[in-house]
Amino acid sequence: MSAHWSPAIRRYLRRLAVLMSLYMVFIFLAGYLFRHHPPSGIAAYALAVLPALPIIGVIWTIMRLLVEETDEYLRMLHVKQSLFATGFCLTIMTVWEFLQNYDLVSQDNHGFGATFVWFVGLGIGAVAMRINGRDGSCA
Amino acid sequence: MNNRLKVLRAERSWSQQELATRLEVSRQSVNAIETGKYDPSLPLAFRIADVFGLTIEEIFQRD
Repeated sequence: MSAHWSPAIRRYLRRLAVLMSLYMVFIFLAGYLFRHHPPSGIAAYALAVLPALPIIGVIWTIMRLLVEETDEYLRMLHVKQSLFATGFCLTIMTVWEFLQNYDLVSQDNHGFGATFVWFVGLGIGAVAMRINGRDGSCA
Repeated sequence: MNNRLKVLRAERSWSQQELATRLEVSRQSVNAIETGKYDPSLPLAFRIADVFGLTIEEIFQRD
């Protein structure tokens, strides 16, 4: 990304800021309520899922970026970055699951699931493309 | 695919940003096309040809 962001990138960043702010509010709210006023029944399920909603929103906003980006070269870079993240995520999660299957690592993911790994992959993909001179040959 | 984008731009004293603005794309796109890292789609190739007042074949050549 450069200082001259495309309108699609600006929209993406605005949506990302709103959704990550919501995530921070929801994750602390859910944690506080489960610790001090634990809900039961369907309310417990609803509260547990609440922090997932902004994360789903972030996935939506990344997909919207791919749709809304009118610059075909930048769109290609975003697509390659997303594909790299998907491959990275699937690789890490597959290895992790086999390690879990044979009790070589903890069964507990400590809250870091597939989405977290995918976002790490997205970051690594961006760095890889930058290192490769923005030619998108990160895969 | 080879192209004469850099030469044509220099002949008109246009910066990459100026050409990018005329094409309604990012400066990175112009740079990627000029350096051969990215081959534009046919619609963008037509826009480039229109901006320079040339045909696509006069700008882009096979390797």
